[in-house]
Amino acid sequence: MNRKYYGQLIFELSRKGRRGSYVKREDLPGMPADALSAIPSQLLRKEPLGLPEVDEPTVVRHYTNMSTNNFGVDTGFYPLGSCTMKYNPKINEEVASMPGFRNIHPLQDDFSVQGCLRAYYTLQKLLCEIGGMAEFTLNPYAGAHGELTGLMVIRAYHDSRNDKKRNVVIVPDSAHGTNPASAAVAGLKVVEVKSLPDGTVDVDALAALLDDTVAAVMMTNPNTVGLFEHNIPRIAKMVHDAGALLYYDGANLNPMLGVARPGDMGFDVMHINLHKTFSTPHGGGGPGAGPVGVRAGLEEFLPNPRVIKSDDMLFCEFETVNETTSLGRVSSWLGNFCVELRALAYILTLGREGLMMAGKLATLNANYVKESLRDLYKLPIDRVCKHEFVFDGLVDKSTGVTTLDVAKRLLDHGYHAPTIYFPLLFHESLMIEPTETESRETLDGFIAVMRDIAREAVENPETVRNAPHDTPVRRPDDTAAALKPVVTYQQMIADDEK
Amino acid sequence: MSSQYFPHTPEDIAAMLERCGVGSLDDLYADVPASLRLKGDYDILPRMSEDEVRKFFKALAGENSQLTCFAGGGFYDHYAPAVIDYITSRSEFLTAYTPYQPEISQGTLQYIFEYQSMMASLTGLEVSNASMYDGTTALAEAMLMAVAHAKKRNRVLVSKTLNPIYRKVLYTYARYHGVIVDNIPEKDGVTDLVKMEKMLADGGVAAVILPTPNYFGILEDYTGVADTVHAAKALLIMTAPASALGAIKSPGEWGADIAAGEAQSLGMPLGFGGPYLGYLCCTKALMRKLPGRIVGATTDASGQRVFVLTLQAREQHIRRDKATSNICSNQGLMALYAAVYLSLTGPDGLREVNEISCEKAHYLAKRLEETGAMELKYPDKPFLNEFVMKWKLDTERFDNYALDNLGGIFPGLILDDNEIMICVTERRSLDELDAYIERVREIIDAPVANVEI
Repeated sequence: MNRKYYGQLIFELSRKGRRGSYVKREDLPGMPADALSAIPSQLLRKEPLGLPEVDEPTVVRHYTNMSTNNFGVDTGFYPLGSCTMKYNPKINEEVASMPGFRNIHPLQDDFSVQGCLRAYYTLQKLLCEIGGMAEFTLNPYAGAHGELTGLMVIRAYHDSRNDKKRNVVIVPDSAHGTNPASAAVAGLKVVEVKSLPDGTVDVDALAALLDDTVAAVMMTNPNTVGLFEHNIPRIAKMVHDAGALLYYDGANLNPMLGVARPGDMGFDVMHINLHKTFSTPHGGGGPGAGPVGVRAGLEEFLPNPRVIKSDDMLFCEFETVNETTSLGRVSSWLGNFCVELRALAYILTLGREGLMMAGKLATLNANYVKESLRDLYKLPIDRVCKHEFVFDGLVDKSTGVTTLDVAKRLLDHGYHAPTIYFPLLFHESLMIEPTETESRETLDGFIAVMRDIAREAVENPETVRNAPHDTPVRRPDDTAAALKPVVTYQQMIADDEK
Repeated sequence: MSSQYFPHTPEDIAAMLERCGVGSLDDLYADVPASLRLKGDYDILPRMSEDEVRKFFKALAGENSQLTCFAGGGFYDHYAPAVIDYITSRSEFLTAYTPYQPEISQGTLQYIFEYQSMMASLTGLEVSNASMYDGTTALAEAMLMAVAHAKKRNRVLVSKTLNPIYRKVLYTYARYHGVIVDNIPEKDGVTDLVKMEKMLADGGVAAVILPTPNYFGILEDYTGVADTVHAAKALLIMTAPASALGAIKSPGEWGADIAAGEAQSLGMPLGFGGPYLGYLCCTKALMRKLPGRIVGATTDASGQRVFVLTLQAREQHIRRDKATSNICSNQGLMALYAAVYLSLTGPDGLREVNEISCEKAHYLAKRLEETGAMELKYPDKPFLNEFVMKWKLDTERFDNYALDNLGGIFPGLILDDNEIMICVTERRSLDELDAYIERVREIIDAPVANVEI
């Protein structure tokens, strides 16, 4: 990436009278020139539009320069824990932009969209095989949206049994913040269960919390410390005995590819982040996709519309299939379809051989980095990890150099920082997830820099504390941003004039 | 090697396992009980070559019909300039994550700030978040936001002239969140405002949700509505396809507190339903209740103006179950689509898109009426570029017309046995409009067996 900061806003390049696009205006026989003026004026916009006026070359140069301030997976190593920043294959982009998919209106009749429906159906079935589930919906738009949908499935299930008092969701204290937040949106109360010092869920503490008010227990496995919850068969039995359902947060599914399936572990409902495990690009924060799978017996609660196969024809069914049982509708149509296409292309490209290896190589990469740095970075839990692991800052804390400083210093060396200050179990969490698409040389380069930073923290702590030095911009003043938020250009101009 | 995406040679694997102190890849999973392990391989086909993948998807794409689109219903076939694809496929944008490290994410942060500024202006409100998944979920989040703001009041009034897809998603979110949704009846294609006032008077209302244009394409006159809603201490939430806001009275101008809806019309492909882009804007007073990411301006250690994610104390990763929403990501890349689109059109271009769509829609409506086969269902109601036609001839001919894609035309959305909703964007050429009319004439003239009169 560029080290020179390109800091202009498109509004600052605006000059009255310029345009970056034109539409052809045709003479319409028998029509007055301006149909808009025939609309009563109180229904039309009077406020001027605060949009920039720029020509096409200026727009292209502006956004191209802006992109050089950005770091992506194609720029360099991105060991951001829990985000699974693997390589995004280019054939997937080509597939998603094929005109036969791009130009299809979602409300076309089923006979004219058999290809789209077949893609959706094929991915549904592949995810069932990988998740060990009976059925999937691809409609949810993101991981958090999948969680919400999954919890609604669970509520619909309890409601169908007239079991109305179940309004509690149990989540481990190590869970992603989305778990409790999704539960709250789904109208459920959140109770936290503690983790043991080894990072796994305290089974006895969980047992004490399970009663007939519990709707579900949400688990991430491997959990956010990167450890496999080896008590899962016991936990599943306890949860089911209590009449609750077990939810699998698929954020960390990647290391389980080719090893074990959530359905076989006893999970009833799960979501998968296609943008993590199945390599669709993160796009600077979206779009993702969060398909939800259910075990046999829960299919009828899935959201509409659903794709159904009948005599080799595919149909998009909405209110007809499960009108009374379905949780309802959570999306405008069949989810982020073009993201689903990319994930399907990825699965077909990896095929059986690739899928069987992906998880193991991700786990190998994580353990390799962990073992190469554990003498200098504090390893709070000493176990074989899965796809990721957590350091609790530097071993030598006397220098005052924090996890934030280490993260910022990595930026100077051309690496994205790991996830920091999550999970909340440790004060100086530094969570590293290399993914399987990184080579040994890349990992060795990262390891060498991490070791250099640890040494620098002792020899020259100020350099680390003031990092980054070599990036387009330096550390921003977050406090000022939050104290007096400036969130639009219009506001910026108004403030300047004051 | 098991895949072109995995760099590991057997020698790499052996050396790395040695560093880890384990004998095999399977040993890394010693903590996974044997009873849980996969027995054998997945029942999935062997890997495909890139060329096979390309052919597979070309064949699938070939099973879809690319039609000349006269349908809307919340999804619009506007023209997207070539620059948009070019910019949004730059991998610095495409392959980045949420901008947690602002020092190396100014590209994403800057375009989101631009997007927020543009959406705030379009909706006529002061604040925009960094975007939502789509229009339906954005409106659902707006509803939850209003209910959280109202504290004890949990009733929301929703006009029956709102797109039924949106109403279904609202209903789902409401049902599980303990929100009561009451439908304001429709009368002659528009919201029954007299009924709305009565429903407000019943009390307990947190928000009123109104569309513009409404589902039938009609531009409703909401004069005085904001005052009525505010007098009942409720918030006014409005929704509009983002592109239309270049010409029609904005939610802010109507006096709305929150605007939420679909921005697919700003340069995004139809793509069989996604990814699209939800927008969510509000007054400054409600800013701290907004869900999702927000980008703000600040300065860095060397005094440069820079951008950061801000007001994060609202969000799930900090507040967990007390957060304003569970939303974690935004729809980053799609916000870039919108920002580039609006930069290219500017104010005049966006107005022109609306003018031309409006003109062509009125042309088609008029010519279709002249065929004698149909008439406008709401002839005295103003519309922008979408309208409902009633078929005056036999049902069989209506089916031939409305269900027939053979001419390569998607003629509109069937609302009822003899009603169709037609949308015309600036993309539809005069030739395409005339071809449509010609097709209708053919159907009128064709002999139909067993015509019931």
